[in-house]
Amino acid sequence: MASGFETTAEEYISHHLVNATFGRFPDGHERAGQWGFAGSGSEAESMGFWALHVDSLGWSIGLAIFFMWFFRRVAVTAAQDPAAIPTGLRNFIETLVEFVDGMVKSVFKHPDTSYVAPMALTIFVWVFFMNLMDLVPVDLIPYIFQYGLGVEYMKIVPSTDPNITMGLALSVFSLIIFFSIKQKGLGGFLAEISFHPFGKWLLPFNLILEVVGLLAKPLSLGLRLFGNLFSAEMIFILIATMYTGLLLGLFGGLLQFAWAVFHILVVPLQAFIFMVLSVVYLAQAYEEGEEH
Amino acid sequence: MNINLTLFGQMIAFFFFVWFCMRLVWPPIVAAMVARQEQIAEGLETADRAKKDLDLAQKRAMDELKKARAEAAEIIEQARKRSAQMVEEAQRDARAEGERLKQAATADVEQELRRARETLRAEVSALAVVGAERILERSVDPQAHAEMLDRLVADL
Repeated sequence: MASGFETTAEEYISHHLVNATFGRFPDGHERAGQWGFAGSGSEAESMGFWALHVDSLGWSIGLAIFFMWFFRRVAVTAAQDPAAIPTGLRNFIETLVEFVDGMVKSVFKHPDTSYVAPMALTIFVWVFFMNLMDLVPVDLIPYIFQYGLGVEYMKIVPSTDPNITMGLALSVFSLIIFFSIKQKGLGGFLAEISFHPFGKWLLPFNLILEVVGLLAKPLSLGLRLFGNLFSAEMIFILIATMYTGLLLGLFGGLLQFAWAVFHILVVPLQAFIFMVLSVVYLAQAYEEGEEH
Repeated sequence: MNINLTLFGQMIAFFFFVWFCMRLVWPPIVAAMVARQEQIAEGLETADRAKKDLDLAQKRAMDELKKARAEAAEIIEQARKRSAQMVEEAQRDARAEGERLKQAATADVEQELRRARETLRAEVSALAVVGAERILERSVDPQAHAEMLDRLVADL
Protein backbone atom coordinates (compact mmCIF):
# COMPACT_ATOMS: atom_id res chain seq x y z
CA MET A 1 0.00 0.00 0.00
CA ALA A 2 1.79 3.02 -1.24
CA SER A 3 1.39 6.13 0.81
CA GLY A 4 -0.90 8.73 -0.67
CA PHE A 5 -3.70 6.36 -1.44
CA GLU A 6 -6.32 6.65 1.23
CA THR A 7 -7.18 3.07 1.96
CA THR A 8 -7.15 0.92 5.04
CA ALA A 9 -5.28 -2.36 5.07
CA GLU A 10 -8.56 -4.24 4.99
CA GLU A 11 -9.82 -2.37 1.95
CA TYR A 12 -6.47 -2.82 0.28
CA ILE A 13 -6.48 -6.56 0.79
CA SER A 14 -10.05 -7.12 -0.29
CA HIS A 15 -9.50 -4.89 -3.30
CA HIS A 16 -6.70 -7.20 -4.35
CA LEU A 17 -8.96 -10.20 -4.13
CA VAL A 18 -11.59 -9.05 -6.61
CA ASN A 19 -11.36 -10.06 -10.24
CA ALA A 20 -12.24 -7.87 -13.16
CA THR A 21 -15.64 -9.50 -13.62
CA PHE A 22 -17.73 -9.06 -16.72
CA GLY A 23 -21.34 -10.16 -16.41
CA ARG A 24 -25.02 -9.34 -16.32
CA PHE A 25 -26.16 -7.15 -13.48
CA PRO A 26 -28.78 -8.91 -11.35
CA ASP A 27 -32.33 -7.82 -10.60
CA GLY A 28 -32.51 -5.03 -8.10
CA HIS A 29 -29.35 -3.40 -9.37
CA GLU A 30 -29.62 0.04 -10.89
CA ARG A 31 -28.28 -1.35 -14.15
CA ALA A 32 -30.32 -4.57 -13.89
CA GLY A 33 -30.31 -6.64 -17.05
CA GLN A 34 -27.34 -4.83 -18.56
CA TRP A 35 -23.93 -6.33 -19.21
CA GLY A 36 -20.85 -4.71 -17.82
CA PHE A 37 -17.92 -4.83 -15.43
CA ALA A 38 -18.69 -5.26 -11.75
CA GLY A 39 -17.83 -2.21 -9.68
CA SER A 40 -17.18 -4.04 -6.43
CA GLY A 41 -16.58 -7.46 -4.93
CA SER A 42 -20.20 -7.89 -3.86
CA GLU A 43 -21.43 -6.84 -7.28
CA ALA A 44 -19.15 -9.41 -8.89
CA GLU A 45 -20.54 -12.03 -6.56
CA SER A 46 -24.13 -11.10 -7.34
CA MET A 47 -23.57 -11.72 -11.05
CA GLY A 48 -23.66 -15.43 -10.31
CA PHE A 49 -22.44 -18.09 -12.68
CA TRP A 50 -22.88 -16.24 -15.94
CA ALA A 51 -19.97 -13.93 -15.46
CA LEU A 52 -16.44 -13.99 -16.71
CA HIS A 53 -13.19 -13.15 -14.93
CA VAL A 54 -11.76 -11.19 -17.80
CA ASP A 55 -8.43 -10.61 -16.05
CA SER A 56 -7.71 -14.24 -15.10
CA LEU A 57 -8.80 -15.62 -18.42
CA GLY A 58 -7.13 -12.80 -20.34
CA TRP A 59 -3.78 -13.25 -18.62
CA SER A 60 -4.07 -17.02 -18.84
CA ILE A 61 -4.78 -17.03 -22.57
CA GLY A 62 -2.31 -14.21 -23.15
CA LEU A 63 0.46 -16.16 -21.45
CA ALA A 64 -0.46 -19.29 -23.40
CA ILE A 65 -0.33 -17.37 -26.67
CA PHE A 66 2.99 -15.86 -25.57
CA PHE A 67 4.76 -19.15 -24.96
CA MET A 68 2.99 -21.01 -27.78
CA TRP A 69 4.28 -18.32 -30.12
CA PHE A 70 7.84 -19.11 -29.05
CA PHE A 71 7.23 -22.84 -29.33
CA ARG A 72 5.65 -22.47 -32.73
CA ARG A 73 8.57 -20.39 -33.96
CA VAL A 74 11.01 -23.06 -32.85
CA ALA A 75 8.81 -25.76 -34.35
CA VAL A 76 8.80 -23.96 -37.71
CA THR A 77 12.59 -23.60 -37.79
CA ALA A 78 12.92 -27.21 -36.64
CA ALA A 79 10.66 -28.38 -39.45
CA GLN A 80 12.62 -26.37 -42.00
CA ASP A 81 16.02 -27.60 -40.93
CA PRO A 82 15.76 -30.60 -38.61
CA ALA A 83 19.47 -31.36 -38.43
CA ALA A 84 20.72 -27.82 -37.84
CA ILE A 85 22.86 -27.08 -34.83
CA PRO A 86 20.40 -25.64 -32.30
CA THR A 87 21.10 -22.27 -30.78
CA GLY A 88 19.61 -20.16 -28.01
CA LEU A 89 15.86 -20.42 -27.83
CA ARG A 90 15.71 -23.64 -29.79
CA ASN A 91 18.22 -25.26 -27.49
CA PHE A 92 16.23 -24.22 -24.47
CA ILE A 93 12.90 -25.42 -25.83
CA GLU A 94 14.37 -28.69 -27.02
CA THR A 95 15.77 -29.25 -23.54
CA LEU A 96 12.32 -28.61 -22.13
CA VAL A 97 10.69 -30.94 -24.65
CA GLU A 98 13.21 -33.65 -23.89
CA PHE A 99 12.67 -33.23 -20.16
CA VAL A 100 8.89 -33.54 -20.51
CA ASP A 101 9.22 -36.40 -22.97
CA GLY A 102 11.47 -38.35 -20.60
CA MET A 103 9.14 -37.72 -17.69
CA VAL A 104 6.08 -38.84 -19.66
CA LYS A 105 7.81 -41.94 -20.97
CA SER A 106 8.89 -42.97 -17.48
CA VAL A 107 5.35 -42.66 -16.10
CA PHE A 108 3.07 -43.36 -19.02
CA LYS A 109 3.75 -46.91 -20.13
CA HIS A 110 1.32 -47.01 -23.03
CA PRO A 111 3.32 -46.69 -26.28
CA ASP A 112 1.09 -43.97 -27.73
CA THR A 113 2.18 -40.74 -26.02
CA SER A 114 1.18 -38.56 -28.97
CA TYR A 115 -1.37 -36.58 -26.95
CA VAL A 116 -0.12 -37.08 -23.37
CA ALA A 117 3.31 -35.62 -23.97
CA PRO A 118 2.15 -32.39 -25.70
CA MET A 119 -0.51 -32.06 -23.03
CA ALA A 120 2.10 -32.42 -20.29
CA LEU A 121 4.30 -29.82 -21.97
CA THR A 122 1.40 -27.41 -22.34
CA ILE A 123 0.38 -27.85 -18.72
CA PHE A 124 3.89 -27.49 -17.39
CA VAL A 125 4.80 -24.35 -19.31
CA TRP A 126 1.40 -22.78 -18.93
CA VAL A 127 1.13 -23.32 -15.20
CA PHE A 128 4.73 -22.22 -14.83
CA PHE A 129 4.06 -18.91 -16.55
CA MET A 130 0.82 -18.40 -14.64
CA ASN A 131 2.65 -18.98 -11.36
CA LEU A 132 5.49 -16.77 -12.49
CA MET A 133 3.13 -13.82 -12.61
CA ASP A 134 3.15 -14.03 -8.85
CA LEU A 135 6.71 -12.69 -8.84
CA VAL A 136 5.65 -9.45 -10.47
CA PRO A 137 5.36 -6.88 -7.66
CA VAL A 138 1.77 -7.10 -6.42
CA ASP A 139 0.76 -3.55 -7.15
CA LEU A 140 2.70 -2.82 -10.32
CA ILE A 141 0.31 -3.98 -13.00
CA PRO A 142 -2.94 -3.37 -11.05
CA TYR A 143 -1.90 0.26 -10.51
CA ILE A 144 -1.02 0.70 -14.16
CA PHE A 145 -4.45 -0.59 -15.04
CA GLN A 146 -6.21 1.36 -12.30
CA TYR A 147 -4.61 4.78 -12.76
CA GLY A 148 -3.48 4.48 -16.35
CA LEU A 149 -6.35 2.69 -17.99
CA GLY A 150 -9.17 3.16 -15.50
CA VAL A 151 -9.68 -0.52 -14.83
CA GLU A 152 -10.69 -0.88 -11.21
CA TYR A 153 -9.87 -4.52 -10.54
CA MET A 154 -7.02 -6.54 -12.00
CA LYS A 155 -5.70 -9.85 -10.76
CA ILE A 156 -2.71 -10.84 -12.82
CA VAL A 157 -1.95 -14.28 -11.39
CA PRO A 158 -4.37 -16.66 -13.13
CA SER A 159 -3.47 -19.60 -10.91
CA THR A 160 -4.78 -17.76 -7.84
CA ASP A 161 -8.22 -17.97 -9.43
CA PRO A 162 -9.94 -21.30 -8.64
CA ASN A 163 -11.78 -21.05 -11.95
CA ILE A 164 -8.51 -21.33 -13.80
CA THR A 165 -6.97 -24.11 -11.71
CA MET A 166 -10.20 -26.08 -11.58
CA GLY A 167 -10.66 -25.46 -15.28
CA LEU A 168 -7.33 -27.13 -15.91
CA ALA A 169 -8.09 -29.92 -13.45
CA LEU A 170 -11.53 -30.60 -14.91
CA SER A 171 -10.04 -30.66 -18.41
CA VAL A 172 -7.59 -33.30 -17.25
CA PHE A 173 -10.44 -35.10 -15.50
CA SER A 174 -12.55 -35.15 -18.65
CA LEU A 175 -9.54 -36.61 -20.49
CA ILE A 176 -9.23 -39.26 -17.76
CA ILE A 177 -12.88 -40.26 -18.19
CA PHE A 178 -12.66 -40.12 -21.98
CA PHE A 179 -9.59 -42.31 -22.23
CA SER A 180 -10.80 -44.70 -19.53
CA ILE A 181 -13.94 -45.34 -21.56
CA LYS A 182 -12.06 -45.39 -24.85
CA GLN A 183 -9.54 -47.89 -23.49
CA LYS A 184 -11.82 -50.18 -21.47
CA GLY A 185 -15.21 -49.52 -23.03
CA LEU A 186 -18.12 -48.04 -21.12
CA GLY A 187 -18.86 -51.43 -19.52
CA GLY A 188 -15.26 -51.91 -18.53
CA PHE A 189 -15.10 -48.48 -16.98
CA LEU A 190 -18.33 -48.98 -15.06
CA ALA A 191 -17.18 -52.42 -13.95
CA GLU A 192 -13.96 -50.93 -12.72
CA ILE A 193 -15.71 -48.45 -10.45
CA SER A 194 -18.40 -50.97 -9.41
CA PHE A 195 -16.58 -54.22 -8.69
CA HIS A 196 -13.42 -52.92 -7.06
CA PRO A 197 -12.03 -53.25 -4.53
CA PHE A 198 -14.46 -55.61 -2.73
CA GLY A 199 -16.12 -57.65 -5.48
CA LYS A 200 -19.65 -57.51 -6.79
CA TRP A 201 -21.47 -58.23 -3.51
CA LEU A 202 -20.45 -54.89 -2.06
CA LEU A 203 -21.29 -52.90 -5.17
CA PRO A 204 -22.70 -49.73 -3.54
CA PHE A 205 -19.76 -49.53 -1.22
CA ASN A 206 -17.35 -50.00 -4.10
CA LEU A 207 -19.14 -47.36 -6.11
CA ILE A 208 -18.90 -44.80 -3.32
CA LEU A 209 -15.25 -45.58 -2.73
CA GLU A 210 -14.25 -45.47 -6.39
CA VAL A 211 -16.29 -42.40 -7.28
CA VAL A 212 -14.82 -40.53 -4.36
CA GLY A 213 -11.35 -41.67 -5.44
CA LEU A 214 -12.08 -40.56 -8.98
CA LEU A 215 -13.40 -37.15 -7.97
CA ALA A 216 -10.51 -36.63 -5.61
CA LYS A 217 -8.18 -36.51 -8.61
CA PRO A 218 -9.37 -33.25 -10.20
CA LEU A 219 -10.16 -31.71 -6.83
CA SER A 220 -6.71 -32.36 -5.44
CA LEU A 221 -5.10 -31.23 -8.69
CA GLY A 222 -6.96 -27.96 -8.92
CA LEU A 223 -7.12 -27.10 -5.25
CA ARG A 224 -3.45 -27.86 -4.62
CA LEU A 225 -2.36 -25.39 -7.27
CA PHE A 226 -4.93 -22.83 -6.21
CA GLY A 227 -4.09 -23.18 -2.51
CA ASN A 228 -0.36 -22.87 -3.01
CA LEU A 229 -0.53 -19.87 -5.28
CA PHE A 230 -3.36 -18.13 -3.47
CA SER A 231 -1.59 -18.36 -0.13
CA ALA A 232 1.64 -17.13 -1.64
CA GLU A 233 -0.12 -14.22 -3.30
CA MET A 234 -1.85 -13.50 -0.01
CA ILE A 235 1.48 -13.25 1.76
CA PHE A 236 2.78 -10.87 -0.88
CA ILE A 237 -0.32 -8.71 -0.35
CA LEU A 238 0.00 -8.85 3.43
CA ILE A 239 3.64 -7.84 3.30
CA ALA A 240 2.64 -5.02 0.95
CA THR A 241 0.39 -3.56 3.66
CA MET A 242 3.56 -2.82 5.63
CA TYR A 243 4.50 0.00 3.24
CA THR A 244 3.35 2.72 5.64
CA GLY A 245 6.59 4.31 6.71
CA LEU A 246 10.22 4.37 5.72
CA LEU A 247 11.53 1.89 8.26
CA LEU A 248 8.64 -0.52 8.07
CA GLY A 249 8.57 -0.09 4.32
CA LEU A 250 12.23 -1.07 4.01
CA PHE A 251 11.64 -4.06 6.21
CA GLY A 252 8.62 -4.95 4.10
CA GLY A 253 10.69 -4.68 0.97
CA LEU A 254 13.22 -7.06 2.46
CA LEU A 255 10.43 -9.48 3.34
CA GLN A 256 8.98 -9.23 -0.16
CA PHE A 257 12.37 -10.09 -1.57
CA ALA A 258 12.86 -13.03 0.79
CA TRP A 259 9.41 -14.39 0.06
CA ALA A 260 9.95 -13.95 -3.67
CA VAL A 261 13.19 -15.92 -3.46
CA PHE A 262 11.37 -18.69 -1.64
CA HIS A 263 8.56 -18.46 -4.13
CA ILE A 264 10.97 -19.13 -7.01
CA LEU A 265 11.00 -22.67 -5.66
CA VAL A 266 7.21 -22.93 -5.54
CA VAL A 267 6.63 -21.67 -9.08
CA PRO A 268 8.24 -24.51 -11.04
CA LEU A 269 7.49 -27.07 -8.35
CA GLN A 270 3.74 -26.59 -8.53
CA ALA A 271 3.86 -26.57 -12.32
CA PHE A 272 5.85 -29.80 -12.24
CA ILE A 273 3.50 -31.44 -9.72
CA PHE A 274 0.47 -30.51 -11.80
CA MET A 275 2.05 -31.97 -14.91
CA VAL A 276 3.27 -35.18 -13.28
CA LEU A 277 -0.02 -35.88 -11.55
CA SER A 278 -1.96 -35.26 -14.75
CA VAL A 279 0.24 -37.76 -16.56
CA VAL A 280 -0.02 -40.26 -13.69
CA TYR A 281 -3.81 -40.03 -13.66
CA LEU A 282 -3.96 -40.50 -17.40
CA ALA A 283 -1.61 -43.46 -17.13
CA GLN A 284 -3.99 -44.96 -14.59
CA ALA A 285 -6.85 -44.45 -17.05
CA TYR A 286 -4.99 -46.75 -19.43
CA GLU A 287 -4.25 -49.39 -16.83
CA GLU A 288 -6.34 -52.52 -16.85
CA GLY A 289 -7.86 -53.21 -13.46
CA GLU A 290 -6.50 -56.21 -11.64
CA GLU A 291 -8.70 -59.31 -11.71
CA HIS A 292 -10.73 -60.40 -8.67
CA MET B 1 -13.50 -16.08 -5.70
CA ASN B 2 -16.68 -17.11 -7.42
CA ILE B 3 -16.97 -20.12 -9.64
CA ASN B 4 -18.38 -18.90 -12.92
CA LEU B 5 -18.07 -19.07 -16.66
CA THR B 6 -14.31 -18.52 -16.42
CA LEU B 7 -14.06 -22.22 -15.57
CA PHE B 8 -15.41 -23.22 -18.95
CA GLY B 9 -13.46 -20.50 -20.68
CA GLN B 10 -10.29 -21.94 -19.23
CA MET B 11 -11.31 -25.47 -20.25
CA ILE B 12 -11.92 -24.39 -23.83
CA ALA B 13 -8.60 -22.55 -23.86
CA PHE B 14 -6.90 -25.64 -22.42
CA PHE B 15 -8.22 -27.94 -25.11
CA PHE B 16 -7.36 -25.44 -27.81
CA PHE B 17 -3.77 -25.00 -26.64
CA VAL B 18 -3.24 -28.72 -26.10
CA TRP B 19 -4.53 -29.32 -29.58
CA PHE B 20 -2.26 -26.59 -30.92
CA CYS B 21 0.74 -28.03 -29.14
CA MET B 22 -0.14 -31.54 -30.29
CA ARG B 23 -0.53 -30.60 -33.93
CA LEU B 24 1.87 -27.75 -34.57
CA VAL B 25 4.54 -27.72 -31.85
CA TRP B 26 5.38 -31.15 -30.49
CA PRO B 27 5.80 -33.25 -33.68
CA PRO B 28 8.22 -30.97 -35.58
CA ILE B 29 10.41 -30.39 -32.52
CA VAL B 30 10.56 -34.08 -31.62
CA ALA B 31 11.15 -35.02 -35.26
CA ALA B 32 14.04 -32.56 -35.45
CA MET B 33 15.50 -33.95 -32.24
CA VAL B 34 15.23 -37.51 -33.49
CA ALA B 35 16.82 -36.47 -36.80
CA ARG B 36 19.69 -34.83 -34.98
CA GLN B 37 20.14 -37.83 -32.71
CA GLU B 38 20.40 -40.04 -35.75
CA GLN B 39 22.86 -37.67 -37.35
CA ILE B 40 25.01 -37.60 -34.24
CA ALA B 41 24.88 -41.37 -33.93
CA GLU B 42 25.91 -41.64 -37.56
CA GLY B 43 28.74 -39.18 -37.04
CA LEU B 44 29.99 -41.07 -34.03
CA GLU B 45 29.81 -44.32 -35.90
CA THR B 46 31.74 -42.83 -38.81
CA ALA B 47 34.37 -41.48 -36.46
CA ASP B 48 34.60 -44.87 -34.82
CA ARG B 49 35.00 -46.56 -38.16
CA ALA B 50 37.62 -44.04 -39.25
CA LYS B 51 39.54 -44.64 -36.04
CA LYS B 52 39.39 -48.37 -36.58
CA ASP B 53 40.58 -47.88 -40.17
CA LEU B 54 43.42 -45.71 -38.99
CA ASP B 55 44.42 -48.31 -36.40
CA LEU B 56 44.33 -50.97 -39.05
CA ALA B 57 46.38 -48.89 -41.46
CA GLN B 58 48.90 -48.10 -38.76
CA LYS B 59 49.17 -51.75 -37.89
CA ARG B 60 49.60 -52.64 -41.52
CA ALA B 61 52.26 -49.96 -41.95
CA MET B 62 54.05 -51.28 -38.87
CA ASP B 63 53.91 -54.81 -40.28
CA GLU B 64 55.24 -53.57 -43.62
CA LEU B 65 58.03 -51.77 -41.85
CA LYS B 66 58.90 -54.80 -39.78
CA LYS B 67 58.89 -56.98 -42.87
CA ALA B 68 61.08 -54.51 -44.75
CA ARG B 69 63.48 -54.33 -41.86
CA ALA B 70 63.64 -58.11 -41.68
CA GLU B 71 64.22 -58.26 -45.42
CA ALA B 72 66.94 -55.68 -45.23
CA ALA B 73 68.59 -57.57 -42.41
CA GLU B 74 68.40 -60.74 -44.43
CA ILE B 75 69.90 -59.06 -47.46
CA ILE B 76 72.73 -57.64 -45.38
CA GLU B 77 73.33 -61.04 -43.88
CA GLN B 78 73.39 -62.62 -47.30
CA ALA B 79 75.77 -59.97 -48.57
CA ARG B 80 78.04 -60.51 -45.62
CA LYS B 81 77.99 -64.24 -46.20
CA ARG B 82 78.58 -63.75 -49.89
CA SER B 83 81.50 -61.42 -49.31
CA ALA B 84 83.03 -63.80 -46.80
CA GLN B 85 82.60 -66.54 -49.32
CA MET B 86 84.19 -64.44 -52.03
CA VAL B 87 87.13 -63.62 -49.84
CA GLU B 88 87.54 -67.24 -48.99
CA GLU B 89 87.30 -68.20 -52.63
CA ALA B 90 89.86 -65.60 -53.57
CA GLN B 91 92.13 -66.85 -50.85
CA ARG B 92 91.72 -70.40 -52.01
CA ASP B 93 92.34 -69.40 -55.62
CA ALA B 94 95.38 -67.44 -54.65
CA ARG B 95 96.68 -70.30 -52.57
CA ALA B 96 96.05 -72.72 -55.44
CA GLU B 97 97.76 -70.39 -57.89
CA GLY B 98 100.70 -69.99 -55.59
CA GLU B 99 100.92 -73.72 -55.20
CA ARG B 100 100.74 -74.18 -58.94
CA LEU B 101 103.42 -71.54 -59.53
CA LYS B 102 105.61 -73.13 -56.91
CA GLN B 103 105.17 -76.56 -58.48
CA ALA B 104 105.92 -75.14 -61.93
CA ALA B 105 109.03 -73.45 -60.58
CA THR B 106 110.08 -76.66 -58.83
CA ALA B 107 109.52 -78.59 -62.03
CA ASP B 108 111.56 -76.04 -63.96
CA VAL B 109 114.32 -76.22 -61.45
CA GLU B 110 114.27 -80.02 -61.54
CA GLN B 111 114.28 -80.03 -65.31
CA GLU B 112 117.14 -77.56 -65.35
CA LEU B 113 118.97 -79.74 -62.86
CA ARG B 114 118.32 -82.84 -64.89
CA ARG B 115 119.44 -81.09 -68.03
CA ALA B 116 122.56 -79.86 -66.29
CA ARG B 117 123.14 -83.32 -64.93
CA GLU B 118 122.62 -84.74 -68.44
CA THR B 119 125.09 -82.28 -69.86
CA LEU B 120 127.50 -82.94 -67.04
CA ARG B 121 127.15 -86.64 -67.51
CA ALA B 122 127.82 -86.40 -71.22
CA GLU B 123 130.77 -84.20 -70.55
CA VAL B 124 132.03 -86.43 -67.79
CA SER B 125 131.73 -89.51 -69.97
CA ALA B 126 133.52 -87.76 -72.81
CA LEU B 127 136.11 -86.50 -70.35
CA ALA B 128 136.44 -89.98 -68.95
CA VAL B 129 136.91 -91.37 -72.41
CA VAL B 130 139.51 -88.71 -73.23
CA GLY B 131 141.16 -89.33 -69.88
CA ALA B 132 141.20 -93.04 -70.41
CA GLU B 133 142.56 -92.59 -73.92
CA ARG B 134 145.21 -90.41 -72.51
CA ILE B 135 146.01 -92.93 -69.75
CA LEU B 136 146.04 -95.85 -72.05
CA GLU B 137 147.71 -93.91 -74.78
CA ARG B 138 145.76 -95.76 -77.20
CA SER B 139 142.50 -95.57 -78.81
CA VAL B 140 139.80 -97.27 -77.07
CA ASP B 141 137.00 -98.64 -79.00
CA PRO B 142 134.02 -96.75 -77.70
CA GLN B 143 131.67 -99.43 -78.81
CA ALA B 144 133.51 -102.12 -76.87
CA HIS B 145 133.27 -100.09 -73.68
CA ALA B 146 129.92 -98.50 -74.23
CA GLU B 147 128.24 -100.77 -71.68
CA MET B 148 130.76 -99.96 -69.06
CA LEU B 149 130.48 -96.26 -69.82
CA ASP B 150 126.72 -96.26 -69.65
CA ARG B 151 126.88 -97.86 -66.22
CA LEU B 152 129.29 -95.18 -65.27
CA VAL B 153 126.96 -92.52 -66.59
CA ALA B 154 124.01 -94.03 -64.68
CA ASP B 155 126.06 -93.94 -61.48
CA LEU B 156 126.69 -90.27 -61.82
